[in-house]
Amino acid sequence: MAAAFETPPLGEYPVIPLVHEGTMAHSKPFVAKPEHQKGVGFPGELVPDWEKVAVAKLGELVSESRALRVFLDSCVKCGACTDKCHYYLGTADPKNMPVARQDLLRSVYRRYYTLPGKLFPKLVGARDMTKDVLDEWYSYFHQCSQCRRCSVFCPYGIDTAEVSMAARDIMDAVGLGQKYSNEIIGKVHKIGNNLGLPEPALRDTLEGLEEDVKEETGVDVRFPLDEKGAEVLLITPSADFFAEPHIDGLIGYAKVFHAAGISWTLSSHASEAANFSLFIGNHDNLYKVAARIREAALELGVRRIVVGECGHAWRVAYSFWNTLIGPFDFLDPRYPAPQHICELTWDLIQRGALELDKSANDDKVVTFHDSCNVARASRMGAVPGGQFTIPRNVIRACVNKFVDMPAETIGATTFCCGGGGGLLTDDLVELRVKGALPRMQALQTVVDEQGVNYLAAICAICKSQFTKVLPYYKHPMDMIGSVHGLVSKAIVLGPKP
Amino acid sequence: MGSDPIFQMSALTIGYALLFYAAAGILVLGVLARIWRYARTPQPLKIPVPPAPTTRGGVVLRMFAEVTLFRSLYRSNKWIWLFGWTFHVALALVLARHLRYFTEPVWTWVALIQPFGKYAGFAMLVGLAGLWARRVLVDRVRYISSPSDHLMLALLAAIAVSGLAMKYLAHTDIVSLKAFFLGLMRFDWQPLPADPVLLIHLALVAALMIVFPISKLLHAPGVFFSPSLNQVDDAREHRHAAGWSARLVPPGAAEGR
Ligand code: HEM
Ligand code: HEM
Ligand code: SF4
Ligand code: SF4
Repeated sequence: MAAAFETPPLGEYPVIPLVHEGTMAHSKPFVAKPEHQKGVGFPGELVPDWEKVAVAKLGELVSESRALRVFLDSCVKCGACTDKCHYYLGTADPKNMPVARQDLLRSVYRRYYTLPGKLFPKLVGARDMTKDVLDEWYSYFHQCSQCRRCSVFCPYGIDTAEVSMAARDIMDAVGLGQKYSNEIIGKVHKIGNNLGLPEPALRDTLEGLEEDVKEETGVDVRFPLDEKGAEVLLITPSADFFAEPHIDGLIGYAKVFHAAGISWTLSSHASEAANFSLFIGNHDNLYKVAARIREAALELGVRRIVVGECGHAWRVAYSFWNTLIGPFDFLDPRYPAPQHICELTWDLIQRGALELDKSANDDKVVTFHDSCNVARASRMGAVPGGQFTIPRNVIRACVNKFVDMPAETIGATTFCCGGGGGLLTDDLVELRVKGALPRMQALQTVVDEQGVNYLAAICAICKSQFTKVLPYYKHPMDMIGSVHGLVSKAIVLGPKP
Repeated sequence: MGSDPIFQMSALTIGYALLFYAAAGILVLGVLARIWRYARTPQPLKIPVPPAPTTRGGVVLRMFAEVTLFRSLYRSNKWIWLFGWTFHVALALVLARHLRYFTEPVWTWVALIQPFGKYAGFAMLVGLAGLWARRVLVDRVRYISSPSDHLMLALLAAIAVSGLAMKYLAHTDIVSLKAFFLGLMRFDWQPLPADPVLLIHLALVAALMIVFPISKLLHAPGVFFSPSLNQVDDAREHRHAAGWSARLVPPGAAEGR
């Protein structure tokens, strides 16, 4: 499907491209089939009178979300966000400028829900809800990874992610869904994880891991599943169970638990941290997927919930779980609920509970990619900015050579990997490669200047995305790794007494 | 007041008096209605955007920095910040200076800022010109502009030009003008001076007041309601629930949680 395309060239320094209309108008992910739609509670195909349904749904969403209402009303078209989106920077398509993306929806909002839009549509850029508009939505709201970078730069904090979530929710409501996300959410409802990995297969995989680690270290590091009475329930993205380099991260978590003597377990009922319902902006699914975690925690009688390396999952866990499935009054109040695996590891490192040998990672010069959902939609630790310092602290404790990419490309203003927000699918490869441009530009700088050869991340989507796009930019695909992969290498495990 | 022109001026006076009652009514009720709507619309989830403070006090500081210094905009784009901030500060000064037409006796601080206000009119124009130039010259900003965006700048620029014209070219009878507005406020109508520049200035101002609650000028109240800016980053410590999220009953939760 994906047409042939050219990888954008990396210049000596980043440039803001001139507007080039329509360069990505052809980009569209596969449409969900009726069975995918049914699995998540949406109509299987475009409903009759869909224009009316869409407009009504928009009104409903606006009345349910102060954010959406304020964002749709307040934009002054100042232009501050226009050069902040990695998809604009990588494609030059003006509809990938955050404000222009919002306007795809705002134009319809204005037409049906504001006086000037009803009276003078042309004057204020208001548009009727037509098939062309719907098609444009489908294309460009699937060119937003909901990374919130634009929001940081907007004087009113207008968050295009909220707008594209709303647009996707409306499209689902009229029967136009995206295959990738909806099929996956259906699998979680049905089987318990994104991969559709059933309990026996999961148990098998974990046993295999125990053997691998035993072979490598000579130590019996356990990967428990459904163990009642464990202290910690680990909720981690299912990619950690088998994909490279994710799996090194999982091994790292297991070693940390082992070294600290913390009993832990995975759950076959909630064998997935990811919650793609966030991407499609649908709160029924968001709640339903999250609810499994509470069920599993109660069922297993754990005292703590820890979340593995996954960006949007950490957003949902940190920012939404308390709202959706809280209060967590049944958990140990001495620990944050939920707790990020990096928080846990850093806490143990500070308390001297882990023995780490940095020289084990001396073959690497490491840099860290701040994943957008961790950076801009969550926190770690007790103080603002902990989501930036804690993972870096963990890395620094495990490696001798660490450098950061240029300041404007990390931290709160980090660039998305290009594959977030439900876009991590092969039918969007062109978009993913082009959207990775700003990150690749920043990476190239530290590769050239400091000899960086390892890109660490704490997000399953980032890891898969980089594995795919690094080769397009002439880097080896195994340059990307888990933060807990570094921990796994550095940690010194005494043989079990 | 003179006695002869009162009949002649009546139509004009009545017209402007009614116009300003209407415009003031639309502005106040319209903005209040919007604020009411923003306040009543629930925000079901926590979505603060960094640098997000972890306390209420921190949020107040953050909002203060956004509204007075345009902090995010400063980080974002120095040119827009320069012109935009100049425009808004000048606008605030100009408006404050105008209070002298509506207060008797004139408040001390309003009297004190009069000398600064003099230059504010020019600064406002410079800011508007800079913003407008960007809207025309920068291809990205040109792309996102609709006619209403240009009209809004034109309207404000025309108000500023007509105001400055009165100040430096075609002086108006400020004493009568003040009597007219005080009269409006006390429901004791007085004649309005029939100077063309003043009439233009006032008509444009009335237009601005009328479009305020239905245009992008809603950013002024809107910024205070933006959840990404006004929420405290304390999702784990305090359970947030509003709208649909307040109606959820998670599995195993006590009834009537
Ligand atoms: C709480 C008060 C206000 C705040 C915090 C605020 C903030 C801002 C900011 C940050 C911008 C974007 C940058 C720029 O273009 O200047 C902006 C734009 C604008 N503001 Fe305000 N503003 C406020 C009140 C007002 C008022 C009372 C008016 C007019 C009567 C106004 C008129 C405008 C206009 C016309 C623009 C768009 C300029 C353009 O076309 O580029 N603002 N405002
Ligand atoms: C009912 C409301 C208003 C009245 C009665 C009014 C009246 C006047 C008068 C009489 C002057 C001339 C001052 C002089 O000669 O010293 C003036 C100047 C000016 N007006 Fe207004 N005006 C009003 C609203 C506004 C508004 C809303 C704006 C801006 C958006 C504005 C912007 C200006 C500017 C920039 C000047 C020139 C600089 C200055 O004297 O401050 N006016 N106005
Ligand atoms: S949220 Fe991210 S991907 Fe979406 S418009 Fe903003 S910067 Fe672009
Ligand atoms: S920065 Fe905010 S107000 Fe300015 S154009 Fe972008 S979304 Fe609109």
